[in-house]
Amino acid sequence: MRDAPMQLTAALASRQVGQGERSAGANVDDAFAIADAARAGREGLNIFLGVDRTWSRAEAERVDRGEAPERKQGVLAGVPVALKDNLATLHLPTTCGSRLLEGYVSPFEATAVRRLREAGAIIVGKTNMDEFAMGSSTEYSAYGPTRNPLAPTRVPGGSSGGSAAAVAAGIVPLALGSETGGSVRQPAAFCGVTGIKPTYGRVSRYGLIAYASSLDHVGVLGRTVDDAALGLQVIAGYDPRDATSVDVPVPDYRSAAASPMSGVVIGRPSEYYPESLDPRIRDACEAALDALREAGAEVRDVSLPHTALAIPAYYIVAPAEASSNLARFDGVRYGRRGEGDGLRGMYEATRSRGFGAEVMRRILLGTYVLSAGYYDAYYRKAMEVRRLIAGDFATVFASGVHALLTPTTPTPAFTLGAVSDPYEMYLSDIFTVTANLAGVPAMSLPVGIVDGLPIGAQVIAPHFGEHTMLGVAYAIERALGAGGTP
Amino acid sequence: MAVSEDDVRHVAALARVGLEPERVRLLATELNGILSHMDVLSAADTSAIDLHARGEGDGMPLRGDADPQLRLARPRETFAPEMRAGFFLVPRLATHENAAEDACATHRCS
Repeated sequence: MRDAPMQLTAALASRQVGQGERSAGANVDDAFAIADAARAGREGLNIFLGVDRTWSRAEAERVDRGEAPERKQGVLAGVPVALKDNLATLHLPTTCGSRLLEGYVSPFEATAVRRLREAGAIIVGKTNMDEFAMGSSTEYSAYGPTRNPLAPTRVPGGSSGGSAAAVAAGIVPLALGSETGGSVRQPAAFCGVTGIKPTYGRVSRYGLIAYASSLDHVGVLGRTVDDAALGLQVIAGYDPRDATSVDVPVPDYRSAAASPMSGVVIGRPSEYYPESLDPRIRDACEAALDALREAGAEVRDVSLPHTALAIPAYYIVAPAEASSNLARFDGVRYGRRGEGDGLRGMYEATRSRGFGAEVMRRILLGTYVLSAGYYDAYYRKAMEVRRLIAGDFATVFASGVHALLTPTTPTPAFTLGAVSDPYEMYLSDIFTVTANLAGVPAMSLPVGIVDGLPIGAQVIAPHFGEHTMLGVAYAIERALGAGGTP
Repeated sequence: MAVSEDDVRHVAALARVGLEPERVRLLATELNGILSHMDVLSAADTSAIDLHARGEGDGMPLRGDADPQLRLARPRETFAPEMRAGFFLVPRLATHENAAEDACATHRCS
């Protein structure tokens, strides 16, 4: 009997296509059949913003016919993938979840997307997201919220909620998302899948529509640690089109599966295990630490003393950069133009009608903290605190700790509409924003179930320590089982 | 540092967004609520931090001062709101507007 992609890993699916045991077309057909069965469309889970089944099927047939032999022999040959809708694609529109970019089709392609396609992957859809990646629940999409496939009354997390939901629903084994403050790891935790945020500079951001450039990353979501590692392997590497891309060799990430844990020191930062933490989430993370001890690792209590300042610093730096980056959306070169009186009226009409409430809030907050009289008190201070937070990580890793293990989120997925206060929503990112501020790699993998909902643990490593990070994640997954439950 | 409604109108103007009066009031409340959580930063001792200090190494390499060699897959006309003869069209600046020309006024912007 043929395995559906829901059961197949990306690695196995591509091997079968490469060896002619299964067609890319069949994978794509199955992906759409699973999407239909899961009611992934607008009236159901609302996972996708852009789909063209005929085009995806034709792409798969091109792989099957071997029109580009390297694609049929690629490590993702015939693997259906989903892409967050802020990654530029040549065929499907790239809306960023915003009305302002409704119908916009990019004239260039994101490097990460190109690398996936060149490795043989087939794009089956662009996924829903919080508008311009500003949100933690995918409720701030202009096209309506995505629902969590595991519990449709709950959010999938955000802002890469559509990508996490597509993997969790079994439609694709692999998806791309983006991270500015936890937007891959938090939805991965809420949807029971694995999500990686690489080191800043490890994956090209070329073609990722910018939100906060010093914090933005392209990330990967997979059903297993191995699939996420495979996806990272494909998209990692230097790209001269991204000035922040770093030219250092890319290790064989999947070989981390064989990394021994003996001699590995895991830090348990006390600030991520506060008294107020849900004891069931604490217990699940402690179980993951126990599994690492049993595998031979040493667990050491450590401190990252400036963690409590991370959310305030992040929600100054990120909106400040957003207010600058989003100035380009003025109705002149692309996007939907609003009708106003004169040039200024056109700008204001375009932006006021095009941006949703959360985007508007962050643009104004960012403009305020950068404006004369407030710059030093807010933006400069936040940037200095950012250095302190990065210094915390540097000190701990310099002390001989190889990786840190923390909860990914303080709660499981919350109910749609339950969080209305903006700052309360920001606190969803309390354990994830630090890695973005410091630029270190971090990932989330499922480690248990609370109230029938998945929860995740986060592994954080030093800059370019993805191999170490993945070694720890593989060890946890081996002990706890994929999905966090044996 | 409370955010006043005038502050909201000021930053909205800087950010090129138009706001209805009731939205100004709401945003002033929201921004004050958010910024009240940021006050904790002021107590952090950052005296040892020099934002202009450079790390070790040569820093990021500079790109050559040349065209990016980026070929667009489709012409700008396919996604720009309004173009003519290779130029993006925008409405006239209000300070240059002439009532007689206003109805059809557009001018070139490279």
